[in-house]
Amino acid sequence: MDLGTFLVQCLNAVQYGLLLFLVASGLTLIFGIMGVINLAHGSFYMIGAYLAFSLAPLFGDRFIVMLLAGVVLTALLGYVLEWAFFSYLYQRDHLQQVLMTYGLILVFEELRSILVGNDVHGVPLPAWLGGSFALGDLMSYPWYRIFASLACVVVALGLYYVVNRTRLGMMIRAGASNRDMVRGLGIDIRRLYRIVFAAGVALGALAGMIAAPMSSVYPNMGASVLIICFVVVVIGGIGSITGALVAALLVGFVDTFGKVFFAELSGVGIYVLMAIILIWRPEGLMGRKT
Amino acid sequence: MSAVLAPMPVETNRMNRIFSTLLPIGCAALLAVAGPMLGAYGTDFVVKVMILSIFALSLQLLVGMTGLVSLGHAAFYGIGAYATVLASGKEGGSIAWLLPLAMASAAGYALVVGALSLRTRGVYFIMVTLAFAQMAFFVFHDTGLGGGSDGIYMYVRPVLGALDMENRLTQFYVVLAALVFTYGLLALIGRSRFGAALAGIRVNEQRMRAAGFPVYGYKLAAFVIAGALAGLAGFLLAARDGVVNPELLSWHNSGDVLLMIILGGLGHLRGAVIGAVVFTVLKEVLSTQAFVGPLADHWQLTLGLAIIAFVALLPKGIIGLAARLSPRAA
Repeated sequence: MDLGTFLVQCLNAVQYGLLLFLVASGLTLIFGIMGVINLAHGSFYMIGAYLAFSLAPLFGDRFIVMLLAGVVLTALLGYVLEWAFFSYLYQRDHLQQVLMTYGLILVFEELRSILVGNDVHGVPLPAWLGGSFALGDLMSYPWYRIFASLACVVVALGLYYVVNRTRLGMMIRAGASNRDMVRGLGIDIRRLYRIVFAAGVALGALAGMIAAPMSSVYPNMGASVLIICFVVVVIGGIGSITGALVAALLVGFVDTFGKVFFAELSGVGIYVLMAIILIWRPEGLMGRKT
Repeated sequence: MSAVLAPMPVETNRMNRIFSTLLPIGCAALLAVAGPMLGAYGTDFVVKVMILSIFALSLQLLVGMTGLVSLGHAAFYGIGAYATVLASGKEGGSIAWLLPLAMASAAGYALVVGALSLRTRGVYFIMVTLAFAQMAFFVFHDTGLGGGSDGIYMYVRPVLGALDMENRLTQFYVVLAALVFTYGLLALIGRSRFGAALAGIRVNEQRMRAAGFPVYGYKLAAFVIAGALAGLAGFLLAARDGVVNPELLSWHNSGDVLLMIILGGLGHLRGAVIGAVVFTVLKEVLSTQAFVGPLADHWQLTLGLAIIAFVALLPKGIIGLAARLSPRAA
């Protein structure tokens, strides 16, 4: 493997890892704060991707405006879903959360099939992000993937800022560690949950929108991402955003280089990684011991 | 919780015990008599439901009896089925060694997955079992081992002396016998010291550990037995269908079987069977044009909505509904 190929693969790994982080952060945010295991999170990724597919012709080159519009729409969707379904799940055990969110997946997939159909669709790149730049003598790398990585970094920094530096973030962290005390202090915990859930949905959907021009949109795209995100969350440690970042990058590298070296068995690599972590640190890299 | 811990009146308890012993025996006897009268479609449908019942029963041991929510149980089912087809080769094979092989393969993978995933608990455990099942799915889906995404066909169905799984009625009685065996085994486990320890782990794992029970070992044993029984269901499925494909291991299958036992009622053996019956019938009805009209093409939508409504309205399953309706249990 020459240097150019190596660099390209590294960039791919980072980009894939950052994208996974974006999806996983939504998942871990919802779980860490509300204690709900959300199987439908992959569906939000799928919804984001299909949203990009439907909005792209309307927005044309104003790609970033489209992303923002998508974030607003999916956050609204999350707000409504929390009110209609998830707010009933907090007191229930994990089993019922699994079931209800499983039911939601079926509903979302079928609605997708009714509204858009079952064909694979490409999503056009905005013209200003279309080109690629040279890397080494033979290789080139598309600008869009750099944009995708940067967008994920910006969101991650924003997330860090909101959670650690703002009043809302303080309430979120307090709500995660002691729900009753927060309520006792006069904070409307249900509204807080609704906001967090909406943000989690928007994060998943944003990842889907960013991924859509690279991966195209196809049925059941949510499920595979969901399961890889579970691996990320298990490796990183539940509820830890930093852990999710480290784990996502790790999974990105193992998956990308697994595809280079062991093409046929590449799907297995990340699970082997997860097995090793489970033997070594069952609570995850950054998880607290239970 | 208080309902579980409150001592039941002795009379009800004994009635319940007699009821829960006689009912399954009665049902099995009824099926054994009715077998030849069911017709081609009928037997085929009942065989399918019975195989799913075995699969659901095996998961009941984990979820209902031990409190371990596994979302990757289809892996063991699929591995049992694949082992059967792969080992029978072009000449076919005898049930006498294909069946133990299928169960052992599933149990072997369950041993590895269980040993790793039982290091975690709760929501972690759900995710890890799902992920390892997906790994098995990828092995069969992406490599040439099992014919890739198309799956593989079985050349000759398993036989044992005069028993030939090619024959519809033989199939029916072999599957019925396997169902009775599974049900009986799990009923025995439920009444054994081992079963009592599993129930203790479900209710309060800390206390069991403090009492000196090797909790991890007990849970692993339950996981492996459940895997082996799922492998039994997989063997029967392969023998019935004569074909396997990676979809058997898909997480939709794991979700469906979890749904069955919750639908029926957690912690009751008959709940798993009731759930398998109701789920299969429900799916059949929702995807048949004659019953639901044009909605039949969108059965996933109606099934999904039914699941959501069910979680909202019937958290204790159909058995819970029956208990609520009968004044005796009130």
